[in-house]
Order: sequence, then C-alpha cells, then structure tokens
Amino acid sequence: MDFTRFMNKFNEIERQLSPTSALRLSFDNISPETEEPPDGNKRLWGVPVPPFVSEKVVSWIEEEFHEAPLFYNGNSVLKKVENVRMIDRYNTKNPTVGTLYLTATHLIFVEPDSNKETWILHMHVASIEKLPLSTTGSPLLIRCKTFLSVTFVIPKDSECHDVYTSLLKLFQPVSINKLYCFNYQPNKDDFPKNAGWDYFKLEAEFKHMLVPNEAWTLCSMNEKYELCDTYPRQIYVPKEATTLMLISSSRFRSKGRLPALTYLHNNKASICRCSQPLSGFSARCLEDEQMLEAIRKTNSNTDYMYVVDTRPRINAMANRAAGKGYENEAFYENIKFHFLGIENIHVQRASLQKVLEACEQKSPTMSAFINALESSGWLKHIRSILDTSSFIANAVDKGVSVVVHCSDGWDRTAQVCSLAQLMLNPYYRTIKGFQALIEKDWLAFGHKFSERCGHIQTDAREVSPIFTQFLDCTWQLMSQRSEAFEFNERFLLILHDHVHSCQFGTFVGNCEKDRLDLKLAERTFSLWGFMANHLNEYINPLYKPNVDEAIKANLAPQCIKFWRGMYSRFESGIHPREPLGDLLLDSKEHCNSLEDHVQHLTKRIASFKNYISKSAKKLQDATSAPSKVSKELSSNEINDNKYNYDKKLSELSAADDDHPLKASNMSFASLSLSAEQSSPPQALPEEINSVAVDWKPMRNVTTCSCSTPFDQFSKKTHCWRCGDIFCERCIDKNVALPGHDSGKPVPVCRGCFRQMQKQSP
Amino acid sequence: MEFADLIKTPKLDGVLLHDPSNAGASGATVGTLCITGHHLLLSARQETSQELWLLHQNIDCVEKKPSLSQNVVVGGLITLKCKDLRIISLEIKCGKEFFNVAASLEALSAIQNTELLYPFFYRPMYSILEDGYTMFRPELEFAKLISGVGMGGGSSPNVANITICMPSTSTSTLTVGAGIPHPLQNGFAIDALAGGGVGGVGGGALQGPQASCEWRITNVNRDFSVCATYGATLIVPKAITDEQIVLSAAFRDGGRFPVLSYRHENGATLMRSSQPQSIQGIKRCRADEAILNLVLGRSRKGFIVDTWGKGKSNTETDLHYSQWKKVNRSIGNVSSPASILDSFARLIEACNDLGCSTDKWLSRLESSGWLSLVLNSLNASCVVAQCLDQEGSPVLVHGAKGLDSTLIVTSLVQIILNPDCRTVRGLQALIEREWIQAGHPFASRHRFSCYTPNQTRNKTSGATFVLFLDCIYQLYTQFPCSFEFSTQLLILLFEHSHFSQYGTFLCDSERERNELNVHTRTTSLWSYLNRPDVLQTLLNPLYEPNANVIWPSVAPISLELWSDLYLRWVIDQRSSATVMSQIQELVTREKELRTQALKLRKQALELGQEVSTLMKSGNDT
Repeated sequence: MDFTRFMNKFNEIERQLSPTSALRLSFDNISPETEEPPDGNKRLWGVPVPPFVSEKVVSWIEEEFHEAPLFYNGNSVLKKVENVRMIDRYNTKNPTVGTLYLTATHLIFVEPDSNKETWILHMHVASIEKLPLSTTGSPLLIRCKTFLSVTFVIPKDSECHDVYTSLLKLFQPVSINKLYCFNYQPNKDDFPKNAGWDYFKLEAEFKHMLVPNEAWTLCSMNEKYELCDTYPRQIYVPKEATTLMLISSSRFRSKGRLPALTYLHNNKASICRCSQPLSGFSARCLEDEQMLEAIRKTNSNTDYMYVVDTRPRINAMANRAAGKGYENEAFYENIKFHFLGIENIHVQRASLQKVLEACEQKSPTMSAFINALESSGWLKHIRSILDTSSFIANAVDKGVSVVVHCSDGWDRTAQVCSLAQLMLNPYYRTIKGFQALIEKDWLAFGHKFSERCGHIQTDAREVSPIFTQFLDCTWQLMSQRSEAFEFNERFLLILHDHVHSCQFGTFVGNCEKDRLDLKLAERTFSLWGFMANHLNEYINPLYKPNVDEAIKANLAPQCIKFWRGMYSRFESGIHPREPLGDLLLDSKEHCNSLEDHVQHLTKRIASFKNYISKSAKKLQDATSAPSKVSKELSSNEINDNKYNYDKKLSELSAADDDHPLKASNMSFASLSLSAEQSSPPQALPEEINSVAVDWKPMRNVTTCSCSTPFDQFSKKTHCWRCGDIFCERCIDKNVALPGHDSGKPVPVCRGCFRQMQKQSP
Repeated sequence: MEFADLIKTPKLDGVLLHDPSNAGASGATVGTLCITGHHLLLSARQETSQELWLLHQNIDCVEKKPSLSQNVVVGGLITLKCKDLRIISLEIKCGKEFFNVAASLEALSAIQNTELLYPFFYRPMYSILEDGYTMFRPELEFAKLISGVGMGGGSSPNVANITICMPSTSTSTLTVGAGIPHPLQNGFAIDALAGGGVGGVGGGALQGPQASCEWRITNVNRDFSVCATYGATLIVPKAITDEQIVLSAAFRDGGRFPVLSYRHENGATLMRSSQPQSIQGIKRCRADEAILNLVLGRSRKGFIVDTWGKGKSNTETDLHYSQWKKVNRSIGNVSSPASILDSFARLIEACNDLGCSTDKWLSRLESSGWLSLVLNSLNASCVVAQCLDQEGSPVLVHGAKGLDSTLIVTSLVQIILNPDCRTVRGLQALIEREWIQAGHPFASRHRFSCYTPNQTRNKTSGATFVLFLDCIYQLYTQFPCSFEFSTQLLILLFEHSHFSQYGTFLCDSERERNELNVHTRTTSLWSYLNRPDVLQTLLNPLYEPNANVIWPSVAPISLELWSDLYLRWVIDQRSSATVMSQIQELVTREKELRTQALKLRKQALELGQEVSTLMKSGNDT
C-alpha cells in the first residue's frame, strides 16, 4: 500500500511540471537513466526508495504526509477508491472504469487499461455536487473553472461521501496563505524562483510610451499607498495636477481610485482610468473637475475629451442614490460624457452559467443549441465589451483623450482599457506586450482576482468571469485578424488555466500592495518565468509583425463567435479532427530546424571550400592550378549570396523577439561558432544525422511510443533529432544539436538524448 | 427573338453605382452603363477604377424605386440582387431611361430559352487541353466504381481486367483510366465479373468482395424512355434483365429505379432510387424486389434510408422487403427543395442585416433552420456511411423523387468514405455522376435564388446543391488537411451552378442536354477548371492524402457558419485570404528548406570527403 501511495505522490510531483491540470499522462513511465544516481540507504515507511528519486522529493513527501492527516480527520492520508466509473458527456454509454486518487493537491483518475489519466487540480474545481444515488453507485459531479466537467460514479456511498467532504475542504482554501503556489515546486532544472518576477516594471512600460514627458509626470504621493491602496505605487498624472487636486480627487472617487494615466498614444491622446465620482445627486468637487481639465489639456489636438462610463445608464443612476454616480457635463467643462452599457459582474456570472448549460445539453438539436446560446446573452456581452473598447480605441486613434470608469474601476474598466490598447498598439499584440498589458492594467491597477476567480472562500456573488471575458474578446480579435497577433489560442488557454490554478504567485492577491505584503516574489514562482520556457508553444505561425498599427474589430453580430475551444475545450469529439493551429506551429518549428541546419551546412561547405582553395593555392605554388577547384570557387560565391539572404531572414525573425529569455541563447551561438572552426570533416556525418530532415506526419499518430494515447488535448512534439512524435512527458530534454548552427537547445526524445550522450563522452 | 428587342437602352451615361461591398468613402461611382445580350457593364472610364461585369443570369431579382418630383418620375434606384448574393444599386437620373433599363434587365435576366443563354455564345480564348464533357464518361466512372480502383487517391498500382457486359453485343473490353492525375495514361482493363475490390475491411463476419453482387452496364434508358431524369448509361445487378428494369421503373416515382451509386472498398454497395409510386392497385413489384435481393447478396440485412421523413414519402412494405431495415433520417421537417431555398433565403436575409442586435441575429439564424438542415444532412450521411463501412451492409437511399435530399446523402457518403472524392478531379467526377448525370434539375432549381420573393419563386426552385456545398465546407473545417481543393473551389461551384459561361450546369437532365447538344455547343466548366493555371488557385496548401474514412462531428457546436460565402459581400473577408496565403507561404518554405537541406548535405559530404583526402595527403607530405 505504502509503495503505491508513494509512487502516487511521486507522480504528483512529476505532474506539477506540466502546465495544465487535466492532461492525461502515462503513470508508470519514469525512465531511470535520466535521474539521480542510486542511494542504497534511502527508505520511506520501510520501503526502499527507487534509485531515481532525489532526497529532496523524499523529504517533501514525508513532510506532506505528516501534514496530510490534518485534512483527512486523522485517518487515511490519501484516499484511493477503486472501480470508479468516469462519465463524460459524450461517453455516457461506455463509462471508463478506473481508480480515483485524492491527493493534497489533485484528484487523479487512472484508467489501467488504456494507460490514461485525468488530473484535476483542486484549485481548478469550481463546484462539487453529489447527485442522487444510482444503481451503479453514487455519482459525484465535478465542474472545473477550466470548463472541464466530469462525473465519477463511486460504488460505495460512504466512500463517495468521504471524497466529497475531503474535496469540499480542499478545493477552496480559507486563507490566501494556503494557496497552491506556496507549495508548488517545479523541477529543479526547469527555471529559478526569481525568473519572471522582474520581467515587467511599470516604469519601463510607461517609458515605452515616452512617459514621463512634458505633459505627464510620475506622482510620488502613492509611494506608501496613501492615495489609493489598490493602485500601483507609481502613478502617472498630468504635470499640471497639484497635490491638492490629487488628494481631493482621490477622496472624491470611489475607493480612492483617482484618474491616472494608463496609456498614451503616439498622437498625445491618452486613456486614463478611475472609479466613479462620489457625486450623488448634486455633490461636486472642484479639484476633481480641475483634474479632468488637466488631463484634457495634456492633449492639444482637441478642445474636448470623452468621459466613458462603461455602465448602462440605469446602473449609474441607481448609484447616485448611494452617493456615487457619474460626472455632470454641466460641471465638468469640455467633456463629452458617454454611457456604454456593459452589464455588471452579476449579469456576466449568470450569463456564463447559461453558456455552460447550453454546452451541456444532452443530445441537443441545432435549434436548441442556438436558442440556449442566445438566451445566455454571452455573445451580446462580449460584443458590448468589444463595442466599448472600439469606441475608446477609435477616439484615441482620432486624437481625442478618454477617461474611463465603471463603478470601482477594476472590472469593466480593466477590460475595456486593456482591449482598447490591444487594438491601438501592435506591441500589446506580442507575447511580451500582452503579458505587460496584463501586468499593467490587471495586476498593477488592481483586479479582484481572489474573489472574481474564487481563489479562496468568498461570497459567491463576488465571483465573475471578468478576466475570461477579456481573453474571449482577445480571441474574437484574433479570429478576425489572426496575422496581427504573435500568440495563439493555446497561449490564452494557458493564461486562463493559471489565472485560476494559483500554481504561480502571479495572479494571487488583488493589487500590487497585496502582492508585496504576501512577499510573493520570494515565496512563489512567476507564471511569466514558466511561460518563458515554453514560448515556442505559444507562437502564432501566421503572425506578420508589420501589419497595421491599429486594428479595428468588426462588431457586426455575425462576426462575434462562440469560443468552442474555451468553453467546450474538454469535450472530446467536437473539435476539428485536424487541428490547424498545431499543425502549422509544427511546420513552423520544422522550418526553424531546417533553417538552422541549412545555415550550419552552408557554413561547413564554405569552410571546406576555403580549405580546398587554400590547399589548391599551395598546390598552385608547387604546380599549376587544377581547373576543377577554380570552378568550384565560382559556385561557392553564388552559394554565399543565398546564405547571406537566408541569414538576414532569420535575423529578422529573431530581432523582433526580444524576450528576456532569448538573451541566454546568444552565448550559445557564439560558442558553437568558435567550436565549429576546429571540427573535422569526419564529424560531418554525425552532424547530419543529428537533424531530422523529415518529420513524421502528425496525422494518424494515436499513441506516443510510451503507449500513452493522444487525444486532442495532448500536445504532440517532434524530436528534432529523429523526427518521431512524442507526448509531453517523453520529450523533456532540450539539447543543442551538432547539426544546427545556432546551438540553441531544442527538444529531443529520451532515446536520442541517450545516444547523444554516448557519442559525446 | 432578338436580344435587341429586349434591350431598350443599350448605353447610358452618368449612372451612379452603389456597391456596399466595394465602397470607398463615398460608396458610389459614376460611370457609363452598357447592356449587352448577356452582360451588364458599368465602366467609370478611368483606368484606375474597376469595371463592373455582371452576367444577366446572375441577377436574381430587380427592384425599382422611382424617385418622384411633382408626381413625375425623374429617375430612380434600381437594386440588383444577385444569385452570388451580392446586392448593388444603380441610380439613374432620367425617368424614361430608368424604366427602360429596369425593363431590359428584367427581361434579359428572365430569359427561359436555354439556347439563348451565354454558354451557347461563349467561346473560350484558350485551347482546351482536356474536354470536361468526355472526362467523366459514365462507363469509365462506373468501371472505377465497381472495381474499387481509384481508392486511396488514385495511386493504386493494381492492374486488373474488366470486361463490361454490354447489353446487346458480346463482351467488349474497354480501356479505362484509373489514376486521378492522368486518367488516360496508365490505361488498364478491369474485370467487373471478378468483382475485384480492395475488400474486407469491415469486419470478418461480413461479406467479402466476392459475396457482393455482380454488375453490368445497361443502355436500357438510351432514349430516356424508361426514366426521363436518368442518364443513358446506368449500372444494375448483372442478373437483372432490361425487362425487369422497365418493370421496376414503372413501380418507382419518375421511373427512378434503384441504381448503383457507390461501392465501398469492403464491397458494401450504396444504391439510390426514388420512392415507390403511390398508384392505387400497385402493391408490389417483383422486379424491384429482385433488384434489391440481388444487391443483398449473402449479407443478411440491408438498410433503406429515407431522407424525406416518416410518413411523408412512400416506403417499401416490410412484408415484401423483409431483409431491409428502414431508417428515417429526414434532412428537414419539410425536405422539399423549395423549403430548403426558403431556409437559405432566411439565412441570407439575416446575414445581410449587419445592424441588428446579437440576440436578433442568433434568433434569426436559428429560425432560418439552415444549420439544422446542414446538421441533419451530415447526420443522415454519417448513418449511411456507418452502415456501409462498419456493418458492411448494402444501403438504398431515397427521399421522394430522389432528385434532391437523396443526392446530398449519397454524395456526402462518398466524400466521407472515399478519399478520391476529396480531390479536385474526384469532386468533379462526383458532381458529374451524382448530380448532373443523376438528373438533379439545376436549371429549375437555380432559376430563382434567395432574393426572389417567396411568392414569385416557383415550386421547382431550390437550394439543395448549396446545402450540399455547405456540408462539404463543414467537413473541410473539421479536416482541413484531407481535401485537395480549397473552399475557393466550393465557392466557384456555387457561382457556376447559378450562372456561368460554361454549359456544365445547364438544363435539368441528360435528356435535355442531349436534345440541345449542350456537349458540343458549349464548353464544360471542368475544361476550364482543370487548366493548370486555374487549378493552381484552387488547391489547398495543407493537403496530404488521407486514405482514412473521415468521420465528422455532428454536434451542433461543431458547425460553423460559412462566412466566406454568405458574408463575403457584407463583411470584409480579406483576413481569411491573408491567412490562406500565409499558410501557403509557410508550407512552400518548409518544402524548399527540405530540398535545400538535402542538397547541401550531399554537397557537404562530398566536399568533406575531399577535405579529408587533402588533409591526409597534407599530413603525408
């Protein structure tokens, strides 16, 4: 029993290296040769520890297991239930039978026959429901924040109850300090703890927009969060704004969220964000009025600016009764006030609920599905967010500044400000820029992730899919203008996973102050650090960096689509059978490999020719030159031109990718260059063998060599050396191939890794 | 009748064209309007601006909005709603000319006499490399069908002998082509009597290829007297006499007796026919039963799939067709071609209304019922394909008359099962076989399209072929690498089936085409499409031959609106074109790099050898 438990734990740790929660992986495929050397003395609960398990892992397991009884009423540490049936929607007839494991962090379902596993991270669980007893046992319906929904039928009701109550305790911690990120340990050679925490600095982002400048200045009054504790320490305000204006304006605004700059366009038009004024029916604040006037004056293009209230008029009116409300055009000079009608968090939450019901209909007809989608109103809400964002983007593009607020200025305001920037500036449509946008408009300016995503136990009325909608709107823009985005759908899905997983500290806490107080940068890992290691998976192979500066969303209802890849992501069988995105990304990688190889070969040929011509010259000194060599020399020049051209191309593609992680590769490149000069021609066959020219076609590959079945969720990766296809777990090695010029570490399978190690002692 | 009689105003200056799809800032261009026998031309007479060329046949409906000034018509707006879904308006500033132009266009677009249509006047400017009219001769296509050759992308190297039993003469040997790329190059003969097939994939207990029935080609319909809508050459079980066929034809609606449509690689056969006639007194037809029993061969059961809906069409009685299981898979609540067109019209109307709310759009999309039709068609086809592929059982498909929903199902089944049909030539052959020669009345169905008001359309108009193309589009979106052609070809087919300079889609049946000598007097669309420079633009860069059956998802959530076609005039579709060209670029680059790498490898190895020798000799000296 202990050993199984141990293996289970071990696998769980292994598992945490993978990004998503519900992947199916091989259970018993740990290859000994890649781990640490054996240590005969290690024992855990009297069982010898397999040689490939490191000390650190053992101690961590022991630690975990000491704590674990606390969660489980002092009895069994880990719950294991056999003969459990898993039912997913399209597989109601033939449920799979397997074993269910409950660990401190995951719920794992193992199908022994098919070598398949389903992993559910407790943090991803949205709700657990015990359904009425059936003839085969007690069904437990688990819905996840990733939109996975499964039912486990557990033979014994008591066991079902145990799992149910344990899960209830585990899935949503009471205290923020119990979140998964404070326990999470990635593989030691994956990435360091500090990686990613320093990628983005607010000052640098504003410098990008040439702020501070003659109109905008850094305000130092929020250094200790005195003005507004949900804002960042650095806020940028008009130079004209006086201390009195800032203090009074912040007092006049809900939660102290005074108007502050979030985006400055290259035409001086800006987007400022704030919360609603505490105007009530008649209150006014002269300094707040002056503050808005100061913002308007930073932009000399026009003599007016827009104040956008993203709420429907009726909501804003209702707020007036509570002493809040909106700006009165009569008091604020030179503003044009607009209501734009995005519904509040409660409406959005209810709408998502209905979307999920639409997706979960049992054997729906076309009409039933469209009707359910219509009545959910989801696409309508998505459209109104895009509509408001487009309004702001168009205004700014035409040179008119905009001040945006909703109620507290951290939900709808965050959505529309970030989307408007996404439309306006191509920088935000790169991987790095999108992350920076999230850092700035969601993390620094505050969004209640803990409540909205239900990280910790909270009022259910505070949960709302605000960030999901932001990703959805981004996806809408992407599907309309796919060539304008550097990232792909997978990038958005991974973001969505980790906003909810709390595996990384990035999205923990509600504002900058919270994150500093929790010391997240020291105690947890950053999602950006993790993502930097997987950048190649997020690339949109059709990205064209030089498309238009600003993109416009088409807002016709016909253009707003249902994001099947998100809300029905885990329903096997409904997605395209030949996933275009994956196939193209694979082609792109193949091109990269071939390019690198071609470059290497070209260099080798050049150096060979050089050698031949040198020795020919030597010979010429001795005798007369053979005509054959000079002929080859002329063809050499032609080849060089081609090479130069290719090199330029690859440099071009490298130049626009200035992510911090790229820097480390530079040293490799120079290393390989110097090493190459001395490599003998005898090494050539080996170099050639190290790069696969042909990659196995992805279609019709149903299992990895480790017999793990592939489904549409699993990422298939080619080994760059042998060209075969492997599952995520079997291709965990990155090495530089001798046949590549750049010396960049690339994915290779374990077999190839072993062979290469043999070859280079 | 002379065209000149119809053209009241051949030329008119100062016409304002409003074209929302091609709108600049102003949305209107001024130009000279010319009306010829077959075209409407509008030219701004500037080199920069594009000329508008519109085939009169493309005009679905002409709407006049006269503008009045003191109760006198001083001009007005003529809105032309086209069958390619485009809507343009001509603004004319003269009352008399306004009526003249409108009347001319109305008359010209409504010409009924087929011989006056453009294909009979059009002469291609290029030499025809392959005549599309002889490319898919029924004998050849049927020979391929029964021998199972051509499965697997036409690269099959098997050589077999075919002796086709001609009804009157003794057996004569035909040389037929098999490969899709060069149909007449690797000529070989196939022995239909041997029943050679690839065979036996569908499970051991099921019938092998030998068990299936033997077939022959019959010319019983050579003068179209047995069935007016069938072609002259048909394929029937070998043991059935021509007399039995005549009897069976009398039993079936419109004389459409059961004929072979497709033979799967495991030997299972797909047949199609029309419903049994509902004439009083006729209870059964032994000849018809004999045909089906022969098809059954040694397998114990077959399926009759009714695409019209239970109780709406006549079915075979259980008593007399005891081994045949009846399956109802109706395409729509009302599966008539006219109701399919109604649904299409509602869809297009909803698509053109960009200003409506999201709720309104979704509810109109739903109430159009179009996506339901698509889903049901795919569903029915999957059921039939499953019977053939998994059960190995023969299937007979019929709706009512066997001219519409039947053809959708039998042709989709072949696209799902047969990789050949997913190539350009394969699709052409399929359309030729299952639509044109099978007697889908293109002329009647496409006389009016979605913009003609419901009450003006006659009952014979329909949008069955559009529905079929949409279904292919759905398969394409789910298997974007398994089709040799791009969706551009589907759009092209959509257009040419409505209005064309080519004769392929003219008339309602083979009989009518023969009467008018369409094959000699017009050019075939296929002759044009298969010219290398044209073909190049219609290929899918991602195509990789896929020998497998492609089972689509038929969940409602998996369907996608075909915006490239339905929204192309109202919403800018350039982005999807950009995507396509980006993909093309990527795929080409991958191929080029591969070739380059291999070439450089060879060169490097040779030079390496040379360097090694030089080094050695250098060391020696």
